[in-house]
Amino acid sequence: MRLANPTEFMALADAILPWLIALTAALFAVGVYLAFFVAPADYQQGETVRIMFIHVPFAWLAMMGYSLIALSSIGSLIWRHPLADVAAKAALPIGASFTLLALITGALWGKPMWGAYWVWDARLTSVLILFLLYIGLIGLWQAIEDPSRAGRAAAILAIVGFVNVPIIKFSVDWWNTLHQGASVIRLDGPSIHPSILIPLLVMTAAFTLLYFVLQLIAMKTEILRRRVAALQAARASGAQASPVAAG
Amino acid sequence: MSAFVQLMRRDLRLALREGGTTGTALGFFLVVVAILPLGLGPELKLLARLAPGLLWIALLLSALLSLDRLFHNDADDGSLETLAMGPLPLEAVAAAKALAHWLTTCLPLVLAAPLMAVLLNLPIEAFGALVLTMAVGSPALSFMGAIGASLTLGLRRGGPLLALLVLPLYMPVLIFGVTALTIAMEGGDLISPPFLILLALSLAAGVLAPVAAAAALRANFT
Repeated sequence: MRLANPTEFMALADAILPWLIALTAALFAVGVYLAFFVAPADYQQGETVRIMFIHVPFAWLAMMGYSLIALSSIGSLIWRHPLADVAAKAALPIGASFTLLALITGALWGKPMWGAYWVWDARLTSVLILFLLYIGLIGLWQAIEDPSRAGRAAAILAIVGFVNVPIIKFSVDWWNTLHQGASVIRLDGPSIHPSILIPLLVMTAAFTLLYFVLQLIAMKTEILRRRVAALQAARASGAQASPVAAG
Repeated sequence: MSAFVQLMRRDLRLALREGGTTGTALGFFLVVVAILPLGLGPELKLLARLAPGLLWIALLLSALLSLDRLFHNDADDGSLETLAMGPLPLEAVAAAKALAHWLTTCLPLVLAAPLMAVLLNLPIEAFGALVLTMAVGSPALSFMGAIGASLTLGLRRGGPLLALLVLPLYMPVLIFGVTALTIAMEGGDLISPPFLILLALSLAAGVLAPVAAAAALRANFT
């Protein structure tokens, strides 16, 4: 695969990013307009229901991010794809941030809606566990010095922890929870009115593209970071190293 | 089969000779249970209500304590690499060590749990359910702990990281263990759905965790 070559990947990322960023900005512009000026206020919750337009995308990205990390981990362990490690490592802070934002926006929404910032129901608990898994993975990368060893260890942990993602998705069905049940990804189709569903989908798409923008930038940074490390190691050992070969 | 049993017997013998592991785990179990009423207040009715959860949490923390030594000694003197090259697959090596950990650390903790339960005013009728639910759930602790131990092998300050990695994996065991115990205490069946899920967790961990642990050990070799 041509993309396995870091230099090719950097070139491809550089080509894609401007368009991706422009598309993301456009989707945000449309989405924010729809969310604040087109979607109606809820008859019970009033304007606070608009937190949904960022809370739901954050939660969706928290799970999508972890799923991509688990996928990259499989690619890293089974096919030894050279960029799989880079993808998984780059995604960690992004996914962790979105998870934390999902928890925080959920708490801010929960106070007016349920009367409590936090409850220990199945959905919230399993998302908290997801956050702990992200933190554990970041901790593992930090603790192990050799990047390839760290990559393999993190890949194993990511795959082991993936069992949590379907638990999060189905927690509102399996347990008696306070959290809203599934209303978009259901067997019978979405149960939300289009006036709220459309802005929600646009905002979700906007945030998803934002995720990929951040992911590409983070992967480029990680590749550059590894090149710098290789150059420093080569200089320390006194050898001449070409920057292209070190990439 | 014989190599597996031999490896287990070796680990059991080493643990008995070392002596400290079981004793330290039991001592830690006692200390944790002892400080709980100091923090929560000595009101017996409150302690009795909280006892199932408190005992399970203390069990988790005590099992956690001896995990980082699971592969450590063998990795230090090179026997782990010798075992990896031996007739037994690395998965079986990991399983044997986890099973030995269960026998030398978790099982003594489980058998000592009724004594700890007295300190927390758990009703005596619940002691049987306490020991049974813990006995059924503790293999999951040893086996999933082996995953954390293999991932953090060789790290200098791996202890807190090990706890951070392993405790999220322990959470389902804790939830279903306490639920099963509470159901049995309130007059329900001992063999309740949570009890069966607890059993399933232990069985699944027994089969799948050695695979993950072995993969992590191999990552450490290269």
